[in-house]
Amino acid sequence: MERIRNFIRFIVDSAKHVASGNRYYYAWVGFLLAIMAGGAVAYASQINHGLIVTSMRDQVSWGFYIGNFTFLVGVAAAAIMLVIPAYVYEWEPIKEVTILGEILAIAALLMCFGFVTVDIGRPDRVWHITPLVGTFNFPSSLLAWDVVALNGYLLLNWIVVTYMLYCAYTGRHYRKGIVYPLVLLSIPMAVSIHTVTAYLFNGLAARPFWNVSILAPKFLASAFCSGPAILLVLLQILRKTTRLQVKDEAIFKVAELMAYTMGFNLFLTAAEAFKEFYSNTNEKVFTEYLYFGYQGHQTLVPFAWASLLCGVAAFILFVIPRTRKNWVTLNLGCLLIYSSVYIEKGMGLIIPGLTPDTLGDIYEYRPSLTEVGVAAGIFAAGFLAFTFMLKVAVPIMLGEFRGGRNPAREPTSPR
Amino acid sequence: MSGPEKHDPSRRAFLGAAAGAAVGVALTGCTPVSREEFFQRHLHELTDAERDVMVKRLEKQYEEKFGKKVTVATDPPLEGVTFAYALDLSRCIGCRKCVYACVEENNQSRDPQIHWIRVLQMDKEKGVDVLKADPYYDSEEVPTPGHFYMPVQCQQCADPPCVKVCPVKATWKEKDGIVVVDYNWCIGCRYCMAACPYGARHFNWGEPNLPADELNPVTHLLGNRPRPKGVVEKCTFCIQRTRKGLYPACVEICPTGSRKFGNLLDPSSEVRQILENKRVFIFKEDLNTQPRFFYFYGV
Amino acid sequence: MMATRNAIGLVAVVVGVALMVPLQGWAQSPVAGSAGEEPAGIQVPPPPFTEGIFPCSECHKDLPVNVQRRQLVDMHDDIVLNHGPKTRWCFDCHNPGDRDRLRLASGELIEFTQSYRLCGQCHGDKLRDWKVGVHGKRTGSWNGKKQYLLCAHCHNPHSPRFKALKPLPPPVRPGLIGGEKGGTR
Repeated sequence: MERIRNFIRFIVDSAKHVASGNRYYYAWVGFLLAIMAGGAVAYASQINHGLIVTSMRDQVSWGFYIGNFTFLVGVAAAAIMLVIPAYVYEWEPIKEVTILGEILAIAALLMCFGFVTVDIGRPDRVWHITPLVGTFNFPSSLLAWDVVALNGYLLLNWIVVTYMLYCAYTGRHYRKGIVYPLVLLSIPMAVSIHTVTAYLFNGLAARPFWNVSILAPKFLASAFCSGPAILLVLLQILRKTTRLQVKDEAIFKVAELMAYTMGFNLFLTAAEAFKEFYSNTNEKVFTEYLYFGYQGHQTLVPFAWASLLCGVAAFILFVIPRTRKNWVTLNLGCLLIYSSVYIEKGMGLIIPGLTPDTLGDIYEYRPSLTEVGVAAGIFAAGFLAFTFMLKVAVPIMLGEFRGGRNPAREPTSPR
Repeated sequence: MSGPEKHDPSRRAFLGAAAGAAVGVALTGCTPVSREEFFQRHLHELTDAERDVMVKRLEKQYEEKFGKKVTVATDPPLEGVTFAYALDLSRCIGCRKCVYACVEENNQSRDPQIHWIRVLQMDKEKGVDVLKADPYYDSEEVPTPGHFYMPVQCQQCADPPCVKVCPVKATWKEKDGIVVVDYNWCIGCRYCMAACPYGARHFNWGEPNLPADELNPVTHLLGNRPRPKGVVEKCTFCIQRTRKGLYPACVEICPTGSRKFGNLLDPSSEVRQILENKRVFIFKEDLNTQPRFFYFYGV
Repeated sequence: MMATRNAIGLVAVVVGVALMVPLQGWAQSPVAGSAGEEPAGIQVPPPPFTEGIFPCSECHKDLPVNVQRRQLVDMHDDIVLNHGPKTRWCFDCHNPGDRDRLRLASGELIEFTQSYRLCGQCHGDKLRDWKVGVHGKRTGSWNGKKQYLLCAHCHNPHSPRFKALKPLPPPVRPGLIGGEKGGTR
């Protein structure tokens, strides 16, 4: 009983924390809410008229929404770039900030669910996909696997984060016996969410651009090399704006790991290019459309090359210790790799997979204003959720936010 | 940062109101869905009586919408029948009569336009190569010299990738081989459209527009009944006709007799004759979807 | 004596039957009559005669027979004969003696409803395919009664090559399929 009352107090206190802040906080939250309102209006138009307000048509039946979904699953999976050094190698400097990675994963997953929901034609029938209540085509359909994996990973992260924060809030030390197994479990689960998402595309024999064995490894490599970029930037921001202590070496170590995954990602890109252009079968037409244009259609070409060059530049900046340890070039590298992978997993994956279509038709897809509006709304919602969670978590980590029955115990950050 | 800063109640009220307004705007867009429709279960989970109740409800809705009496049949597959289709590429002249006969028979949306059959104009010199195909040909006359024509529609595969990937089992293969869609169950995720190698599945991106005077009132639950917005549809071998022993509309309208249809299990059917005696090929055979649609050269 | 009377009687019966058929309409079940070897149940709609042209004997019973190969000027001058080599002409298929029938190579006379047998003499592979429904067109039920279309229903026997058709409109390009506010571009 006491526990429940404590927990409720924790929730209420957290809500109070979220609702109060300085003017920069209000400005930021207001800005996000404004974008969300715009997104809601755009989505209302979509509900009213149907998906015809997007630019998707039969030939390119998946577009901006699914592209963002795929990218964000990768971001969610990237939390393990913090978890592995922290919990497998017991590296203290990262351990104290691992929770931020898990919070990022939660926010990313919420956005993933948002994107999938706005993409389906009948959102009123979403319940059809619920196991036991609807008809769940498991294990045949990879989308069903995705539902299981994503929800499982979300639940896992939610439990770990809530438990650790609650323990810190009540001044107790969390129980290793609970946290360690869950956190270690999150490593294969993070791999699994992105593998399942890759298999979703990979299993389609109808789409030769996706039906390649390299897809799952490539997804993982690009996720791990780009997701932590947000965390690196976030850690620097939190260091400056709060009393949170983050050692330089933690940031640089994550950056170093990212450098290796970036290199691997570039290697896989080169492997794809070799197979397509050397073997020179008809299947190269998709990669050709992406990088060189096909039959005069060239919409994606500048983006494809921008993505490649940004990726190479980021790799160079990260792999050379001097530029990795320089704050300017590090942050530049973060921006570059993030943009590179955003293009690669979004328009660089979905559109070429569907263009030319199965009967050779070419429809050049460009997201409509409504699609961009809805997507912006979802991103804003994700950022808002992320902000709210940080607004609670960081003070708890700093020991500034305490409550419950044991206020006098170890006011250290959650370990 | 988290100190005792007084939050402004008016600010909170504003934010709350804004959020509420946004939700309100979003909901105004929703068309009212009746209770029964919302909670409608998957077709396979309904008893025959429940299914008939649903059919009555649908017929009533269609009558209200189109001002005509509409029948929604539920004919089950015939025993001992596996449908197959054969198309003579040496005879198709690309007139597209099949495309539009299908549109009329199967109540497709006119705007946004949906065609279940797509006729590809191909080069005789280049053969069957979709990268060199043109579905938008608009010549004065067909056939134009140097070209041949290949109509493509749902191949009713024996191992359909679309059925494999549907997350809610809204599409499945019936006993007589027709791959059908339960329009009341489909959530519109379009995974099946990504999975189909033949571009045979089409989506109702907007509210389908079907003029009442062009409605074909003889429909089947899993076939040509008017579809709602946001669901997938495709050729069903004119299930409303073929389960009554009639030929599909495309077979009937073809002026050159290029289209053949029948029961694969009947040795005297024309499709069996074709498979046994003509040079037959399967479109994208290497994908191993095992279509029940066979292209052949009759000459 | 007896033989001649029998012969006259037989001819009378045959002519009588031939004259009665148009009174019933042509579109009926297989005429079991002349030959017994076509498959049972080849149902055909009426042959595509020009309005009022049949029965031919209406005019021809009183006209002299002229088997000279020539360009027709008084009648049937609208017929363009473009079927096979230049040496082909009317009486390769039509029967000079009895215009209401066609004549096979063996000399056997057949009704116009069985014209496929005549076409099949040269186009045997097409006839073989037509009989099982692979060539040409059958309407009706895939699992029941079918009606065949005669060769002449699709192919003009005098000038069989198909004319080109104007195709129906192409599909709308996806980029032009309408969007509502905030739509495609």
